[in-house]
Amino acid sequence: MTEVKYSKEHEWIKLEGDVATIGITKHATEMLGDIVFTELPEKGSNVQKDGTAGVVESTKAASDVYTPVSGEVVETNQEIVDDPSKINQDPENTAWFFKLKVKDKSEMNSLMNKENYDKFAKESSS
Amino acid sequence: MNIKKTSLYQLHQEYRAKFVEFAGYQMPIQYSEGIVEEHKFTRSHSGIFDVSHMGQLFIYGGEDLIKDLEKIFPLDLKNLKLNHSKYSFLMDKDAGIHDDLIITKINEGFLIILNAACKDNDFKILKELLEEEHKMVLDENRSLIAIQGPKSSQILNDVVDGIKDLNFMSGNWFSFKDHKVYITRSGYTGEDGFEISIPNNFVDKLTRELINKGSKLIGLGARDTLRLEAGLCLYGHDLDKDKTPVEANLKWAISKERISKGDFIGSDIIIKQLNNGVSKIRVGIKPEGKIIAREKTKIFNQSDVHVGEITSGTFGPSVNGPVAMGYIENEFSKKDTKVFLEVRGKKHPANICGLPFYKKSYVKGATK
Repeated sequence: MTEVKYSKEHEWIKLEGDVATIGITKHATEMLGDIVFTELPEKGSNVQKDGTAGVVESTKAASDVYTPVSGEVVETNQEIVDDPSKINQDPENTAWFFKLKVKDKSEMNSLMNKENYDKFAKESSS
Repeated sequence: MNIKKTSLYQLHQEYRAKFVEFAGYQMPIQYSEGIVEEHKFTRSHSGIFDVSHMGQLFIYGGEDLIKDLEKIFPLDLKNLKLNHSKYSFLMDKDAGIHDDLIITKINEGFLIILNAACKDNDFKILKELLEEEHKMVLDENRSLIAIQGPKSSQILNDVVDGIKDLNFMSGNWFSFKDHKVYITRSGYTGEDGFEISIPNNFVDKLTRELINKGSKLIGLGARDTLRLEAGLCLYGHDLDKDKTPVEANLKWAISKERISKGDFIGSDIIIKQLNNGVSKIRVGIKPEGKIIAREKTKIFNQSDVHVGEITSGTFGPSVNGPVAMGYIENEFSKKDTKVFLEVRGKKHPANICGLPFYKKSYVKGATK
């Protein structure tokens, strides 16, 4: 079973072999409200741990999306660019953002498991 | 400073509002359904907006009142009929805008609706400008709610009989369970609708009845997307002291008769700008793609010269795409002029367009 990990910037990451799938959490979508615009990193580009790797915008404001680990972007999800409201509907599953070929799997170690993230999210929103 | 709450605060909580501080008040930015749904519901059905943070200034006076107010506002108040409303501005001597407002002729005086963030300063300015004998009351004992959208007239008429007979931009006193309410047919969403001034003690009751008849509470978030699609200005963003009504493309709101006399505060500059033109002007801007250009986004011409700035920009749920307005050098203000908007370091194509983005559906005559 693959464990999903979480960042303090409210991204989730699921590692399968060398490839990680990354998206934003349900908690993040609830804080953002209706998402109406998405920008994703370019396929083939390299992104650095904790660096920006996209943008989501709600009717209210724009927010950066960060990558929790470094790697090369191997796939992006065009569906959420065409219809950003899908992110609100299914953020932690079909509305993933991008897939990375991970450079250094040990970068995963500093991330939170589900239990710790839920606690973190609850504290940071109160 | 203490954050103020409106009389509908508890009702907002019951409907799971997310709150935001706005002009010193705790106001609902959205409810559980979110801005896009709230926006669409207002356009298709009916939405209720708590705008009790706005100022309700009653000015009473004798025969001199009209004369004194005409020295301040660029309006033909002599010919403003009882219970009729006009959109106007409070300006400084350089025609910079202190506030934009709606003024209504009532018995023995006027009711002026002011922006929440400006109302205390407006009161101070008007107090200094007006003669002592005019009585001014910035009424904190009354709430203000707007009900907007195509079903609003039927819904409100079920609760306050007779409002269907009001014409656009006019009002009257009505009775809600024996309490006096002042209702005008007006609003700020581009839809047919009403604004209701009611004592604080009864606003909760009235609002609940409107909800029971099928209207829904709508937050400030959707109020912003609705007014922007309708091409309407938001003070502090699209209007401020560095902009004049002529630059804001609002010269339609200035009385021609008053311009010919030129005897109101700021009239020198207004007349000069009307005769000689302005260097910058407010326009609608439609990005070509999906990118949202927000306030303070720089506008460039086709030769990559910085020629303007966005003052309001968002995603328009009814337009189903980005919408914006801003100020641009006059020579680039023509409809269909291609410009570029700098968002996150990249320049994105956009076109100057007419306003509104969404066609208004005001009901001009009374619906019987």
